Amino acid sequence: MTQVNMTVNGKAVSGDVEGRTLLSDFLRCDLYLTGTHIGCDTSQCGACVVHVNGEAVKSCTMFAAEADGAEVGTIEGQANADGSLNTIQQAFQDHHGLQCGFCTPGMVMSTAALLKDNPKPTEKEVRTYLEGNICRCTGYHNIVKAIMAASGQDVSAIAAE
Amino acid sequence: MPKDHGTEHTGIGAATKRREDIRFLTGEGNYTDDIQLQGQTYAMFARSDVANGVIKSIDTSAAEAMPGVLAVFTGADFVEVGGNPAGWLINSRDGEPMKEPKRPVLAHGKVRHVGDAYAAVVAETKQQAQDAVDALEADIEELPAVVNMAAAVAGGGLVHDEIETNVCFDWGWIEDNRAATDAAIKAAPHVTTLELVNNRLVPNAMETRASIGDYNAGTGEYTLYTTSQNPHMSRLLICAFVLGIPENKLRVVAPDVGGGFGSKIYHYGEEALVLAASKKLKRPVRWTSSRSEAFLSDAHGRDHVTKIELACEKDGTFIAFRTETMANVGAYLSNFSTATPTFLHGTLMGGNYTVPNVYVNVKAVFTNTVPVDAYRGAGRPEATYSIERVIDMAARELGMDPIELRRKNFVKPDQYPYASAAGLEYDSGNYDRQMDKLEAMMDIKGFEARRKESEANGKLRGLGLNAYIEACGIAPSNLVGVLGARVGLYDAATVRVNATGSLAVMVGAHSHGQGHETAFPQVVGEMLGIDPQSIEIVHGDTAKIPFGMGTYGSRSLAVCGSAVVRATEKIIAKAKKIAAHMLEASEADIEFTEGNFSVAGTDKSVSFGEVAFKAYIPHNFPIEDIEPGLEETAFYDPANFTYPSGAYGCEVEVDPETGKVTIESFAAADDFGNIINPMIVTGQVHGGIGQGIGQALIEQTSYDKDGQLLSASYMDYAMPRADDLPFYQVNHDDGTPCTHNPLGVKGCGEAGAIGSPPTIVNAVIDALQRGGKNVTHIDMPLTPSRVWEAMNAKGV
Repeated sequence: MTQVNMTVNGKAVSGDVEGRTLLSDFLRCDLYLTGTHIGCDTSQCGACVVHVNGEAVKSCTMFAAEADGAEVGTIEGQANADGSLNTIQQAFQDHHGLQCGFCTPGMVMSTAALLKDNPKPTEKEVRTYLEGNICRCTGYHNIVKAIMAASGQDVSAIAAE
Repeated sequence: MPKDHGTEHTGIGAATKRREDIRFLTGEGNYTDDIQLQGQTYAMFARSDVANGVIKSIDTSAAEAMPGVLAVFTGADFVEVGGNPAGWLINSRDGEPMKEPKRPVLAHGKVRHVGDAYAAVVAETKQQAQDAVDALEADIEELPAVVNMAAAVAGGGLVHDEIETNVCFDWGWIEDNRAATDAAIKAAPHVTTLELVNNRLVPNAMETRASIGDYNAGTGEYTLYTTSQNPHMSRLLICAFVLGIPENKLRVVAPDVGGGFGSKIYHYGEEALVLAASKKLKRPVRWTSSRSEAFLSDAHGRDHVTKIELACEKDGTFIAFRTETMANVGAYLSNFSTATPTFLHGTLMGGNYTVPNVYVNVKAVFTNTVPVDAYRGAGRPEATYSIERVIDMAARELGMDPIELRRKNFVKPDQYPYASAAGLEYDSGNYDRQMDKLEAMMDIKGFEARRKESEANGKLRGLGLNAYIEACGIAPSNLVGVLGARVGLYDAATVRVNATGSLAVMVGAHSHGQGHETAFPQVVGEMLGIDPQSIEIVHGDTAKIPFGMGTYGSRSLAVCGSAVVRATEKIIAKAKKIAAHMLEASEADIEFTEGNFSVAGTDKSVSFGEVAFKAYIPHNFPIEDIEPGLEETAFYDPANFTYPSGAYGCEVEVDPETGKVTIESFAAADDFGNIINPMIVTGQVHGGIGQGIGQALIEQTSYDKDGQLLSASYMDYAMPRADDLPFYQVNHDDGTPCTHNPLGVKGCGEAGAIGSPPTIVNAVIDALQRGGKNVTHIDMPLTPSRVWEAMNAKGV
């Protein structure tokens, strides 16, 4: 077992992990931050996306030990300080960008990373960026719309509410 | 009529934002794998890596001796308990009942598909359990696998030795129509024949299945936390058929569930295993499927091989549909697997059309593959695809416009109720209106200009469309009982008005993406004239909810929502009695409007909240006439199916160099009857279309000849990504209300997946034909290689 120390959502945490413990398992099983979800075992689905030192990372592709000393952000740390939804979360609710909610944490975390680098993405850029986030419920229409709305773009002309 | 609360309309018809989104967006959802129990242990399963084999021996000694291992189970531990049953008895054409081999908790004697679980280990940690599974020494003698349906029917190896055939049933619908249909086709001036494959799909809810068994030795009670669309049905199956636990000793909790699409309707052996193991160990036992296990053990969908014939007059008037289908049921009968290719498919084989003769023959076939069961649409996508593809082909052969051919044969608004030749009575619809809407949404008149523009860019552009009808609101128990269902298909709701005026509504339906927690309060709030925010929906826990049958077949609102209405009506009736007492008036004089009870012709009134309070503080109460409290339950059994319908269309571009298909536009005009929350309905259609396009263009479940699943991960199975799909135009205005349920609703959950596959294929064939390629059919998925091969085949 190895001791790891990291900052998660601004709070210092530590734990003893096996070398093979994934960051996703450490977050879920040791820290009880169960908003980070596991949807596959080949790093395809993106339900487990978190931020590590500001970068979007699939937490199932990283050992907990590799995150030693890192700043980690998860879905539980995304809301505004008063507990209200942040701009991205609010856009997902406003535009019905989620149904079962399982892929949603990864979608929100990926969106934050996208908009940090590309504050006004086109539809095509959004769709391309989401290559690593799978949703089975929404057909992506309202996810793409929500992301464009979260970036401050007018989405009222996009087909059918 | 819609009512306002404050300035914002919140009742029926309002696009209310979903309240459940808050917890999902902040990471506070509570899915089965999120639940942690004190003293919990971990189960892992040993699964067959051969498709067909005899289990000679399983040496568990090394595994049992490993660190942390608490118990090892094999099929031998479950020979005394029952099998997981099929929920629907189908009789063959000769009257013989279907073949029903036992589906055990763990395979015993033989393994029958890759992924068939034959042993399980329970250990202190997940890693220890996995290590011990790897240490099991199973001697399994591989036998030749039966994978191809035609070969399975013809003979060869048997999936189940004891039933001496691979044909589960050979069903005719309606058998009495067979001779007349055959004669009509023989005499018809024109017959179009099409052979097609409805490709096998893997449902792929993003949350994999998970179950936790928790036995309480002190009370003898079990709790099962599980990823279920219908916790009461799971409890019934486990108690009455598999483990024999009294129902009052098993509580089934389906908390937040991350998508289902059919795959979480069914009881699976893993649920029984964690319960039995928990009793043995007196500790909670948990299991969460990996995605790899999910591909090998979740029920798959579709997988039909079909020949359909459409007979018509020279002018295009339809005379007969005749269909022969082989439906793959896989290695065992999953709970709804026998209903899906029969009564959810054969009964729709008249489509939206006035056609006097319909006959369907379905052979259900056992193969050494994962069991196949209902997946979003369940039988109706297969019916729609066959019908709407053969109509398109007939239009081409007859030289008719495909829209005009459909319109010529549509059931017309003045023909309802319409008795279809396939045995259903359609209650309402207006197929021409949906087609009118679709033509406007697609700007069909502008197609030729767009086609020329594509042509100038070196692309072939095509236009495809189709109609669809489905049977939802599953289902009238009286009818399905006659047809072989072993359960009733009503639903139930309890409305509990609390003393201070808030409400809890306990429902049998389960929400796993459909937004019931938002939509059902809109109905109750509208009826009671109160703010929906004061109404809580409780679902997914057999200890809290009445015995309802859950969510599938687009039934939640049409069936459970009707139960909610009936229970709320009982609340209003009782509240009127209480109000009459409070106002010292006759009950007959009490009027209830806008949340207030008043005495007709006076200004005397009491609010709903005051009546609720009085019900629980019954001082000076006429206890001889009125019981205290305000809580009512209703069970609702529908009189008929509901019949959503619509018209779908799209434009595609085909790259003649590569065969790649891109969707340039997609439009859906649906008739769902009345709408409670249009935002949620639109989202449901979007999701269905996404799955339908996935089926049409990219999703393919591939087995090799030995029964190895080649597409068993997201590296190999093409799940639609955001950049595979376009924006969709969706319109569900001006629906024709269902005539037999109180809300006039029809159901919207499956339409997208039903309506869209033929649209895409029709459009691609249209593009190729307009591009001078004589291609009349390509089987789904229309991958670039398949399209390219079709375009470049000899003689095209």
